[in-house]
Amino acid sequence: MPDLTRSRLTPLSSLPPAVPGVSYSAAPAIARLLYRGSDGAVAAGAAFGVALPTQPCSSAIAGDRATLWLGPDEWLLLAPEYETLAVQQAIAAALPGIAHAVVDISHRQVGLRLDGPRAAAVLNAGVPLDLSLKAFPVGMVTRTIFEKAEIILWRTGPVAFRVEVWRSFAPYVMAIMAVA
Amino acid sequence: MLLIRCPYCEMERPELEFRYGGEAHVVRAAEPETIGDEAWGQFLYLRSNPKGLHAERWRHTNGCGRFFNCLRDTVTDRIFVTYKAGEPRPELAS
Amino acid sequence: MRTGNGGRVDRSRRINFSFDGRAYQGCAGDTLASALLANGVHLVGRSFKYHRPRGFVAAGSEEPNALVDIDRGNGRSAPNLRATQVELYEGLVAKSQNRWPSLAFDLQALNDLAPAGLFGAGFYYKTFMSPRGAWHRLYEPFIRRVAGLGHAPKLPDPDHYSQRYAHCDVLVVGAGATGLAAALAAGETGAAVILADEQAEMGGGLLDERTASIDGLSAANWVGATLARLAAMPNVTLLPRTQAFGYYAQNFLGLAEKLTEHLAAPDKSQPRERLWKVRARQVLLATGAIERPLVFPDNDRPGVMLASAARTFANRYGVRPGERAVVFVADDTGYGAALDLHAAGTEIAVIADLRTAPSGPGFEAASGTGLRIMPATVVTGVSGNLRVSGVTLGSLAADGTVRGGEKIVCDLVLMAGGWTPAVHLFSQSRGKLAYDSERQIYLPGTYAQAAQSAGACNGTFELAQAIAEGHAAGAVAVGTPGTRSFAVTGAIAPAGGFHGAVPHDRNPEQVKAFVDFQNDVTAKDIKLAVREGMHSIEHIKRYTTTGMATDQGKTSNMNGLAIASAALDKPIPDIGLTTFRPPFTPVTFGTLAGHSRGALLDPVRQTPMHGWAAANGAKFEDVGQWKRAWYFPKPGEDMHAAVNRECRAARSAAGLFDATTLGKIEIVGPDAAEFMERLYTNPWHKLGIGRCRYGLMLNEAGFVMDDGVIGRLAADSFHVTTTTGGATRVLAHMEDYLQTEFPELKVWLTSTTEQWAVIAIQGPKAREIIAPLVEGIDLAAETMPHMSVREGSICGVPTRLFRVSFTGELGFEINVPADHGRAVWEAVHEAGVPHGLTPYGTETMHVLRAEKGYIIVGQETDGTVTPSDLGLDWAIGKAKKDFVGKRSLKRPDLVKTDRKHLVGLLTADPKVVLEEGAQITVEASPATGTPALGHVTSSYWSETLGRSIAMALVAGGKGRMGATLHVPMPDGGIAVTVTEPVFFDKEGGRINA
Ligand SMILES: [Zn+2]
Repeated sequence: MPDLTRSRLTPLSSLPPAVPGVSYSAAPAIARLLYRGSDGAVAAGAAFGVALPTQPCSSAIAGDRATLWLGPDEWLLLAPEYETLAVQQAIAAALPGIAHAVVDISHRQVGLRLDGPRAAAVLNAGVPLDLSLKAFPVGMVTRTIFEKAEIILWRTGPVAFRVEVWRSFAPYVMAIMAVA
Repeated sequence: MLLIRCPYCEMERPELEFRYGGEAHVVRAAEPETIGDEAWGQFLYLRSNPKGLHAERWRHTNGCGRFFNCLRDTVTDRIFVTYKAGEPRPELAS
Repeated sequence: MRTGNGGRVDRSRRINFSFDGRAYQGCAGDTLASALLANGVHLVGRSFKYHRPRGFVAAGSEEPNALVDIDRGNGRSAPNLRATQVELYEGLVAKSQNRWPSLAFDLQALNDLAPAGLFGAGFYYKTFMSPRGAWHRLYEPFIRRVAGLGHAPKLPDPDHYSQRYAHCDVLVVGAGATGLAAALAAGETGAAVILADEQAEMGGGLLDERTASIDGLSAANWVGATLARLAAMPNVTLLPRTQAFGYYAQNFLGLAEKLTEHLAAPDKSQPRERLWKVRARQVLLATGAIERPLVFPDNDRPGVMLASAARTFANRYGVRPGERAVVFVADDTGYGAALDLHAAGTEIAVIADLRTAPSGPGFEAASGTGLRIMPATVVTGVSGNLRVSGVTLGSLAADGTVRGGEKIVCDLVLMAGGWTPAVHLFSQSRGKLAYDSERQIYLPGTYAQAAQSAGACNGTFELAQAIAEGHAAGAVAVGTPGTRSFAVTGAIAPAGGFHGAVPHDRNPEQVKAFVDFQNDVTAKDIKLAVREGMHSIEHIKRYTTTGMATDQGKTSNMNGLAIASAALDKPIPDIGLTTFRPPFTPVTFGTLAGHSRGALLDPVRQTPMHGWAAANGAKFEDVGQWKRAWYFPKPGEDMHAAVNRECRAARSAAGLFDATTLGKIEIVGPDAAEFMERLYTNPWHKLGIGRCRYGLMLNEAGFVMDDGVIGRLAADSFHVTTTTGGATRVLAHMEDYLQTEFPELKVWLTSTTEQWAVIAIQGPKAREIIAPLVEGIDLAAETMPHMSVREGSICGVPTRLFRVSFTGELGFEINVPADHGRAVWEAVHEAGVPHGLTPYGTETMHVLRAEKGYIIVGQETDGTVTPSDLGLDWAIGKAKKDFVGKRSLKRPDLVKTDRKHLVGLLTADPKVVLEEGAQITVEASPATGTPALGHVTSSYWSETLGRSIAMALVAGGKGRMGATLHVPMPDGGIAVTVTEPVFFDKEGGRINA
């Protein structure tokens, strides 16, 4: 029987070409867990090692883990790939009897990173939000749209963004970025 | 394209992220079986469709995903206030 | 003719171009208009209705006549471009429009001699009324032939177009003196400023100045210095060649930027145009003013143009538009134009001033220069057909009568009728215009949005005041009010002006004095419209077509109003003002479509196994945004043969099918079962962990909206599947009820559609094939029966393994994390080939499920079908107190016995396959108008059964079992027998193998 645990295929195999002012890279495979529920958010954050931010559209990072606010009872938890199960177990253990949900969506979406002074302009080819640093500061994260695809947009630096997009929409998003 | 303030994200966001959800405060009966045919038909199909101020549902579909309510003037498109689902319709100072 | 020096063109760089097939040369910096004039070409178009020869009226975006077609070949063409805005590039190929067979000799110019009234006001409404049948045969082809302006390109556009959202503190529209000062004031504070201007070069009217200076710099140098300062500010974005065409709610504006139109060899990787969708905190309108033509007989002859246009051609482009000019003025700026033309070498034959006692700095300067000035004088006629050859003057008496006068030979006539503020964008913003009765102009009144107007568009015509107003407005826009004054010398400001039809002494029935050049509307047409009962400007506009279409009344609006006002004997504000519509100037479809064309029209979604299917010859079909493998033809096979082979394999050995696109929702929380109970018709509380159930979802009105197999993973966790097309809708429906009707439930919904790749293996050998690959799951029939789900691994990859079937065969659906989908698929395929495992597509899936009578939501249903109609009463939890749609199932209309029911249909001739959608009747050949009993919803050739099968919705179908009905077709009715809609393995033994 073949062991296919290392045979993976992501839709980020061909990235948009770098142009002056912006370059693209594929975020490595990662554990993505969607945490839902309000009551246990503090305890879940403690178990995860990064607090679940309560301010809308904000994020928190500690070490190789991050928490992203997506809705009033919804956070995306990012951790190294091999920790998926451990995180699920730690949160379950920390929340006995407290209603919540943790769903593994590691493969549902892919992460695309944009770097460079033109990154915001390229994103604004499809994102209708104000991406100035004042309106969309470093650390801000939100679901939004890129033309006809839904994305999660996370500003990781003054000229650095991470786009999380459902895998089948990734080629569409990248194709528009390539001609923006 | 309108800007709509999402009461959960606590900021104005472009209309493209939202979906319209019809008239607000149309409540589904707790025990539908007790409702007569006439009243149930009205619940299903009849809406007020006013010219002017309208309480309506929107969902921040491509944002936080929350349903909320909104008072909008159907003539001018002006949105007076948005408020969370479950909250009572606010009185507007005239 | 080109002047010896001056202007902003580079006389040393010659540019070759052609117009109507003839080669010409222009200079770098020319527009097509200035280059043609430099070559002495005035005749550039034929008018819309009368096909009268036309030349340039204006020098900018308000040009109504000089519309040309630019063709770069291979589909790169654009009609209806204003020659005054087309920048010259090497090799440019331009053609005139609306003429046949040629510009100089146009047969349709006979329209001009048509009986009065044929093409007059309301001609559309009067002429083409009867007989009715003549419309398609005669009138429409005729109108299309004669009335068309440009021709739409016939080839696909090979270029691409871009779009960008932008946000700024201040959007300044117009980069003339006022706009530049405004941008400077706002930009200096560090605010985010966008400055957009329609012209290639920023500076607006300052680029036309010969004598004006600002703060000691010549106008041109002041522009250069100011632009340099703005360009150095990182917070300021300069957008030349960018038309602000639409002003929408909440300070949202559309800007169309032309990126490559001016280049001889555009880089094809660059977008041709970009649509800017700008949201501005403050908008500053500095859109200037448009000079009005004077409405006198034959004012449309080539060589009659606005005084400001002649000035632009002379000062900015170094082109003399004529050698001997008559200047007809009602405004002081006309004198400035005369002086500039005089300086450029044009002989000024006479300046005819409509006013009795002209005054002002322009008048003084012209007098001082010794130019001949005739007060109280009007132009009553123009001679020359393809080019002006002279004018007739008349003297205007105090009582308004005109007495014939001198004829003057000239080749150029300038019109200076005064200036109309360009309030189009302000009006689009829903601002209310206010009428200034003293100056007879409409000005911005009440603002509806966070905007200001400054400069000429605000009625501030005097240059020093306009710059100061722009600067002050820019400062206010960023919240730091302050004033600055600018020292201006040598500028001549508008003063005076005239509205309406100029009096003349000629027979009004025999002359044409044009108000709207583009739509060929004369003063007579407007008067006629009034006589025929059109008393509102909205009616007059539609009846005469004045101010319509791409022109939007830029040069004609106020004259039209004034003529109507005089005819009605009512003040101008009392007859109303038509609404200005976007776009201000035409915007190409390409710009509006942006990225959304060709391969990027809509996202194309592919499953992780798509590449394998493509490599193995699959034909694909579109299901929503998804590409799904449709069938896998082998060499020489058509679809029919491939599907038959795939069906045989699935029934006799096993088939492999990509089911990834099915919607998947994970429902987790202590109230998960209760939520399921309320959203689906079936009972869920007692479903065992590891077991699955077919779930049926209704909308509140009781109609079937979706279905799918649902597995219980844990007490508080369900794995829901939905139809491919219903995935988004179902999740939204669930969220709606959860958030707004049942917020007390502790449960959360997550789409996992794309988390899992789903590999369906269906057929008697399915278990045998996957058994060696699966670990941690006992596949035996007794431990893992039909409708169960287990978690384990396959080829080392974690899997949720469902034992489910949409074929009626023993079957599994292997869910693996999507990145692993391709590899696992290939491993299963490889393991199965020795057993006869055959990949199949959606067509075979449809046939197999139809043989079993399994419905497809959206095919057997159309939003008006109840569970009972489908024979799915068994899926309703009778003991349940409530679920969405339950109450509605008892509504009188939903319990009628003559509703349409799902039935099977077998054709009398087993070889005949019915058409899906075909109507069903009792009679073989029903009379026309006979209502149908229903229609065929699904119909296939069943290779398994060796005959055709079909499903249908038929009125009272449950009571018609065994009856013969008919499917009427063009070549006769097809007899069918009504049956139960299950055709194969009715006992269901195979599925439990
Ligand atoms: Zn929100």
